[in-house]
Amino acid sequence: MLFLLAILIGVLYGSAVYLLLRRNIFKLILGLIFLGHATNLLLFVAGGLTSGKPAFIRGLQDEAIGMSDPLPQALILTAIVIGLGVTAFALTLVYRFYKVTKTVDFDELSENE
Amino acid sequence: MTTGLFLIVLLGVAAVAPFLRKYLKHQAGWVYAIWPFAGFLYYLSLLPAINDGVIITETFTWLPVLGIDFSFYVDGFSVLFSLLVLGIGAFIMVYAGYYMRPYPMKGRFLGYLLLFMTAMQGIVVSGNLITMFVFWELTSISSYLLIGYYHEKPEARASALQALLITGFGGLALLGGFVLLAIPYGSYELSYILSKPEIIQGSNLYLPAFILIAIGAFTKSAQFPFHFWLPGAMTAPSPVSAYLHSATMVKAGVFLLARLNPVLGGTELWSYTLTIVGVTTMFTGAWLSITQVDLKRILAYTTVSALGTLVLLIGTGTEYAINAAIIFLLVHALYKGTLFMMAGNIEKKTGTRDLSQLGGVFKYMPFAAIIMSLALVSMAGVPPMLGFLGKELIYEASVAAPKAYGFILILGFLTNVILVFLSLRLAIGIFWGKEPSYTKTPAEPNLALMLGPFFLVLASFVLGLFPSTMANPLTSKAIMAISPGNDAIILKLWHGFNLVLGLSVLTLLSGYLVFRYQNNIIPAIDRINIKYFRREFTRLFFSMIDSFLILTKLKTKTLQHGYHRFYLMTLFVIASILVWVMIWRADPIILELNFSEMPLNLIAVVVLIIAASLSSVISNSRVIALISMGVIGFGITIIFIAYSGVDLAITMIMVETLMIILAMAVVYHLPKYQNFSSTGARMRDGLVATLVGAFFMVLVIQAGTSDLEAPISEYFKEASYSLAYGRNIVNVILVDFRALDTLGEITVISIAALGIYAMIKLGKKQ
Repeated sequence: MLFLLAILIGVLYGSAVYLLLRRNIFKLILGLIFLGHATNLLLFVAGGLTSGKPAFIRGLQDEAIGMSDPLPQALILTAIVIGLGVTAFALTLVYRFYKVTKTVDFDELSENE
Repeated sequence: MTTGLFLIVLLGVAAVAPFLRKYLKHQAGWVYAIWPFAGFLYYLSLLPAINDGVIITETFTWLPVLGIDFSFYVDGFSVLFSLLVLGIGAFIMVYAGYYMRPYPMKGRFLGYLLLFMTAMQGIVVSGNLITMFVFWELTSISSYLLIGYYHEKPEARASALQALLITGFGGLALLGGFVLLAIPYGSYELSYILSKPEIIQGSNLYLPAFILIAIGAFTKSAQFPFHFWLPGAMTAPSPVSAYLHSATMVKAGVFLLARLNPVLGGTELWSYTLTIVGVTTMFTGAWLSITQVDLKRILAYTTVSALGTLVLLIGTGTEYAINAAIIFLLVHALYKGTLFMMAGNIEKKTGTRDLSQLGGVFKYMPFAAIIMSLALVSMAGVPPMLGFLGKELIYEASVAAPKAYGFILILGFLTNVILVFLSLRLAIGIFWGKEPSYTKTPAEPNLALMLGPFFLVLASFVLGLFPSTMANPLTSKAIMAISPGNDAIILKLWHGFNLVLGLSVLTLLSGYLVFRYQNNIIPAIDRINIKYFRREFTRLFFSMIDSFLILTKLKTKTLQHGYHRFYLMTLFVIASILVWVMIWRADPIILELNFSEMPLNLIAVVVLIIAASLSSVISNSRVIALISMGVIGFGITIIFIAYSGVDLAITMIMVETLMIILAMAVVYHLPKYQNFSSTGARMRDGLVATLVGAFFMVLVIQAGTSDLEAPISEYFKEASYSLAYGRNIVNVILVDFRALDTLGEITVISIAALGIYAMIKLGKKQ
């Protein structure tokens, strides 16, 4: 499964990079979102793949053996929420950007300056 | 303690000098001269002890971890230089106090001059290479302020900048050289380095250290091809020129070379480089001075020539040469200080320093004329002035040089002929001859203006007349300090009829002949210069600076183009190249493909996400982009669930839903996709994206197959229930163990929300 997920993460990163290199500002934001997803998955996979053993405890003996690692999950959770904040802000910025400049082309912006 | 304390007080005097001038009025120069004079007396009182072989060292701790201290090292050579810096400095202060009266900001000028003095004094007593470098740079900066003192004149600003850039460049090279020199020693302490020359001479750092230090010394001492900043620097007020040319600044490079002679000297590289550069500079300076008509410019070129002579002598390195170097250093400081102060006096009293506008001044200022003529006699090397001894020793050194440097003797002879000619030309041209009409009647300069010239000439006279009793005690320890193993030669005014005396007589005779036929010779030389040496170094320098600026602009334009996507591309390409190099050099990864571990439903999800991701890249429709975004988000949620990330999945579902709604709301307002990029650009970006994506793929496989250290989350697993009373460990980490992180996260979200709210509101109002 690792191999498959590796391909998935590679594709997500590749798409993110490609979108970041576009001139359209909305695609840039899309690329940012993809970058976030890819990085979250990367962290998740790097933390080890454990199926069917979430990090819950009931206070029993030896129940922690083979349990999924809670720490990367906590980190990813934080990252997801922060990612939401950043994306929401960026999307609103794009909206304002378009309202003010009447363009979504980055190059036009640098020429107008 | 005295050496360091003295410097601190001198710096303090420099700092308060501009403010005190208001109260001291015209007596400021006399008052400020007290401190350097006190220093002069102090070092004079050290002389007997120094001559008994005492070396004074002091250390003030600065950065002990790096081996950098403010330490001082005072031996015979330091004392000789200190006497020059402070003795001439005291006279210069008196002179400047009067000379600068008609000009604005006199107080500040005197402060700069004292700062300059402190810097130079600091160099000559430094016992640590870094300490020396600090003072070295201080001379560059303070000389910049002094040369550009008439800052309303564009040529003064240009000269100051030129001097700063050249000496500053040299200073940087010097720092590099010092660091390299100190590496094999593990210490910056001069006393240690001087005691063990074999360490650096046996090290392969010798060559780079020597080159860098030589660049530092050559730029500072105006050696060819860096010589042109010095004649430019004569735009400074005369007190500055007098000081800069005699005891400070340009002598710093010579000081450094002489100081490091025991460490770096003695090698073929050292002697060849120094003699070739020195002899070139010596002759170039003298040659260029012939056709000048500006009094100060003539003197500036003779300084270049004298500095070349000094470097040549240090490079030759024989007993005679080192003796000659030290004596000539003293000779030159004494007569050059006098001549520049007198040049200032003549300009002040007659209103010009153009040689063609001067003549017959003797009857207006006979006393001044005698003083200046004596200094010129010293420059020409005529007995009984000290200059005679200097020149004799130089000839002696050239004749006795171990390698048959025939051309050095010839060029040295020609240089001296030119100096004799210039002395005659200046003395007779200014004081005798036809009298032009002066705008104001010249008069004898007053006491403050004549004090310095008088005493410097007197010193030159007395030292020349009684060399063994007066000059030898001053110089003998200095000679031994910079050239261990060599002794000081007992100086004599008369040493019989020999080849050297013959050369001296021949020099005087030829100098006179050149003077006699100068009306034919000068135009001829002028023609040669115009025909063969038209390239002016100053113009060359500034055109170099200009092309450097153009280059910088071009670089900025190329690198700082203002296109975000090319910044990003630079980043991606360079990062992926570096990572690919690492991957290529690492051990190959062995990956076992086990298809039984791949549940079909998950394979389907992964394929779906890949398809969505690719379609959002390729598609021209915004709606498809939004749908793909959703598919990716919820697909990842399924992966989280499958691999025990329950909390992640719950959060992801909520966040993803919110994000898509937000994106839809924004996209609604935006125009449709347009075709901005060409196919070529797409292909290029696709290639970059593939490079980056592929290395992340390798990274994931590497991370997933590597044996990791034991996870640090064991503690959380153990303590989650027993300490925090929570069963869901991920939740406990977020709200308990790492609660402050979560607080920070909430803050970020709140600020983002505030920002969004503000941006939307702002739009409504307009």
